Amino acid sequence: MEHIQRHPARVARAPSRLLDGLQRWLPKLVVAPTFVLVGIGVYAFMLWTGVLSFTSSSFLPVYDFVGLDQYAKLMNNDRWLTASANLGIFGGLFILSCLVIGVLLAIFLDQKIRQEGAIRTIYLYPMALSMIVTGTVWKWILNPGLGLEKLVHDWGWTSFSFDWLVNSDMAIYTIVIAAVWQASGFVMALFLAGLRGVDPAIIRAARVDGASLPLIYRKIILPSLRPVFFSAIMVLSHIAIKSFDLVMAMTAGGPGYSTDLPAVFMYANTFTRGQMGLGSASAMLMLGAFLALLVPYLYSELREKRHD
Amino acid sequence: MNRMTRTLGALALTSALLPVGNAQAGEVEVLHWWTSGGEARAAAALKEMMEEQGHTWKDFAVAGGGGEAAMTVLKTRAVSGNPPAAAQIKGLDIQEWAKLGFLTNLDDVAQQENWDQLIPPRIADVMKYEGHYVAVPVNVHRVNWLWVNPEALAKVDAKVPTTLDEFFATADKLKAAGIIPLAHGGQPWQDATVFEAVALAVLGAEDYSRAFVDNDMDVINSPKMEETFAQFAKVMSYVDDNAAGRDWNTATGMVIKGEAAMQIMGDWAKGEFTAAGLTAGKDYLCAPAPGTAGIFSFNVDSFAMFKLNNEDNVKAQKDLARTILSPKFQAVFNKAKGSIPVRTDMDMASFDACAQDSMDAFKSTAKSGGLVPSVAHGLANTSYVQGQIFDVVTNFANSDNPDPAEATNQLAAAIQAAL
Amino acid sequence: MTDATRSGLRLSRIGIYAVLLLAALVYLVPLFVMLLTSFKTPLDIRTGNLLALPTDWTTVGWSKAWSSACTGVECEGVRGYFWNSFKMTVPAVLISTLLGAFNGYVLSKWKFRGSDLFFAMLLFGCFVPFQVVLLPMAATLGKLGLANTTAGLVLVHVIYGVAFTTLFFRNYYVAIPDALVKAARLDGAGFFTIFFRILLPMSTPIFMVSLIWQFTQIWNDFLFGVVFASGDSQPITVALNNLVNTSTGVKEYNVDMAAAMIAALPTLVVYVVAGKYFIRGLTAGSVKG
Repeated sequence: MEHIQRHPARVARAPSRLLDGLQRWLPKLVVAPTFVLVGIGVYAFMLWTGVLSFTSSSFLPVYDFVGLDQYAKLMNNDRWLTASANLGIFGGLFILSCLVIGVLLAIFLDQKIRQEGAIRTIYLYPMALSMIVTGTVWKWILNPGLGLEKLVHDWGWTSFSFDWLVNSDMAIYTIVIAAVWQASGFVMALFLAGLRGVDPAIIRAARVDGASLPLIYRKIILPSLRPVFFSAIMVLSHIAIKSFDLVMAMTAGGPGYSTDLPAVFMYANTFTRGQMGLGSASAMLMLGAFLALLVPYLYSELREKRHD
Repeated sequence: MNRMTRTLGALALTSALLPVGNAQAGEVEVLHWWTSGGEARAAAALKEMMEEQGHTWKDFAVAGGGGEAAMTVLKTRAVSGNPPAAAQIKGLDIQEWAKLGFLTNLDDVAQQENWDQLIPPRIADVMKYEGHYVAVPVNVHRVNWLWVNPEALAKVDAKVPTTLDEFFATADKLKAAGIIPLAHGGQPWQDATVFEAVALAVLGAEDYSRAFVDNDMDVINSPKMEETFAQFAKVMSYVDDNAAGRDWNTATGMVIKGEAAMQIMGDWAKGEFTAAGLTAGKDYLCAPAPGTAGIFSFNVDSFAMFKLNNEDNVKAQKDLARTILSPKFQAVFNKAKGSIPVRTDMDMASFDACAQDSMDAFKSTAKSGGLVPSVAHGLANTSYVQGQIFDVVTNFANSDNPDPAEATNQLAAAIQAAL
Repeated sequence: MTDATRSGLRLSRIGIYAVLLLAALVYLVPLFVMLLTSFKTPLDIRTGNLLALPTDWTTVGWSKAWSSACTGVECEGVRGYFWNSFKMTVPAVLISTLLGAFNGYVLSKWKFRGSDLFFAMLLFGCFVPFQVVLLPMAATLGKLGLANTTAGLVLVHVIYGVAFTTLFFRNYYVAIPDALVKAARLDGAGFFTIFFRILLPMSTPIFMVSLIWQFTQIWNDFLFGVVFASGDSQPITVALNNLVNTSTGVKEYNVDMAAAMIAALPTLVVYVVAGKYFIRGLTAGSVKG
């Protein structure tokens, strides 16, 4: 490549400075629209929400200042505390289950399976459905009187009971089931793609050393898929926050408010109950929690990338 | 010049051919959540009547949750400076919107049509802000009804219960016979509807108003409220285990089929019985919820009218308000929806037995003081207070170990936080 | 290979197939239920159970959902809304993908000071729950004169989709050797030339990933659709909600399921037909960063 480097310098000296200047600004110009759109659409709006969380806004925004009043109200609100706990349970279980199932299915599918394409499509298609559709169908399937329980009773096993959907303590797990059903196929696809990109030479070498297949997976392949884990967790977290549609369709936050999530709480308070100040405070806490978890993760992953 | 003459001639001809009323024809964009067959047909009647007057109806339907999604959309539309002409807003929210300056003044239509004479003051007050009409009531629902399947009661040789104790006795007999005593759907607003009926029975109209309309803490945080919760827990014990999340009309279906004997629900339940081809008084019975005879808990659907800029549309909007309270529409709509007209001068002969009972109760309670706004349906408080009450009530209804004393404290704290 | 090893392997192959097939069943059952229900009569649904075959196959659910179910005062079914969704989704997908491609190109090959921070902030924007931005966005669209228009809705989807498309493209282009770009630069090629002549031709897999992902997200969106579109220009998710969440009348599950299937059909088709491009695109390096 060296001989190429030496020639152009002689040819393109004069106009290159102007072009160089342009070239320097062009990339920034190109990302400028996105910068503006996201700057306003995400950050300016978040700031506005933050401002509102310190006001007593009810129906529509009102710009008085009440300090940390709204946040104090939140801490005393049993429904908010339930919703926050639910997010932890739901988010944690959802991400973990999707990762485990996705990785497992990907590993199995990678074993030169016949009809792999068809099976892959079957795992992947739930992602195509809107969460409203998923919630509606699963609400029906898990309904004790109409769905699974009735089906099993009809088949003769009458002592079978699966009433999680209507049980205050267990209902949140039904949301996990529906969400995992929807998203695990996608995680499988991500990992399958990642596995396909692993250098076979490394595996062969390990095999020759006498390592068993599960060990190879555990110690060599999976660690090399860190970027895939990163993408998967990004996508899954995004879905976890967006699970508003799913909860609304499946349980509407019930029984009582045992399946409430912060996004639902925020929506109900800001729009239905005309409590924008309280809703904004809940939104800021929601975002804060994600910041606290994701920023360190993002930081560590991106830093690694630069050093690769 | 020839061309100009021809153009002018064409213009003159065209305007001569236009219907005269066109100059005043406007468009009304109406936000509502009546999307099911029966309701949609009732609303379609309004659309037709508007179109007969030469106006266009722009439908803006957003279903879900009794208006939650619709309210969200309305707020965003208002914030973006583009509200619809009319929106299905009810209760104290009307005053909130008026306070923010969004609603228009309907006093001219009210005077022409004599609204103050036709609408009971308790209801007219909800439609006004600072003495001016800003909204039009569409109907009056009574919330504290008990719907009964007479065959189911006959099976256990029981009469329609008129007090809570009678209710419990009848319910025990039904349970022993394998019939679900009370059909119910486990959604917050339904829980609140039953709670309201029990509160009316235990507290009576006056204390109910003091607690839920005036938010008097002495009544809220009292032994009587504890008793209300205790009785509520007992009533809920007669609901089947699969009630969570069930829609109210599915519960009514259970009564129709005879799987359950009774349901405490507002008079929109009548629509379900009618759709199933049943006759009031024969195939199904309506009675005041146990212990609430002489009390009429009202829920009024209404359209709030927003300020508009376009003059034609303003005219259309006023016609809309007028049409809604016209006898013809009131008859058509309320028959389809199961409610009673807001106009107190209607001839009720063509309505069914339950509607006639309802209208009689409406008029008499208006005079006796038993006409109270429904807390479960947003007529008694702001949506914030209502939401807080819902949270406490539904949590109580769904808990395994309901504690009336604790619930009373929670209720007091919740309402206090929202005031 | 000894007999024992071979039979051990055979056993594990059977085990693997068993697990895969069981999983496939679990994934398929809901779709099966939906399809089956859409072909039943309401009576059949009430008296039978989930997996029972229809005693009376009928397409009444489908025809009603398409053209005569009530979604408001109008009882025209969901067909009009179907086309609305297309009108809104296609521009939004194309614009957000193109923007993502350019952004990804810049963030991987033309890094400038702060470009990594910009990327991180873009990523974080993926997590903003949409409910939070409804009111300020409504106010902004109002000021821009875009309130209640399809263009406004498209703009909203672009804003909240560009972070993901940028992520896809950036990760993909990072895997392409920098040397390729450097060589082209030294040959005198400019910013756009390099993009259109070198990178774009090899971007087909990641374009497919981005298009598929965005199409699914935007087509299935409900919240923005219900808030920023009105009346005749509402997308099909809104119509579906109106149909399914009605508050009176007997629930016609067959119509509900048929309508849900109609609403899901385009995205399903996209995943089934283009699924292999999706995998190919992911394999081609977008995932490994």
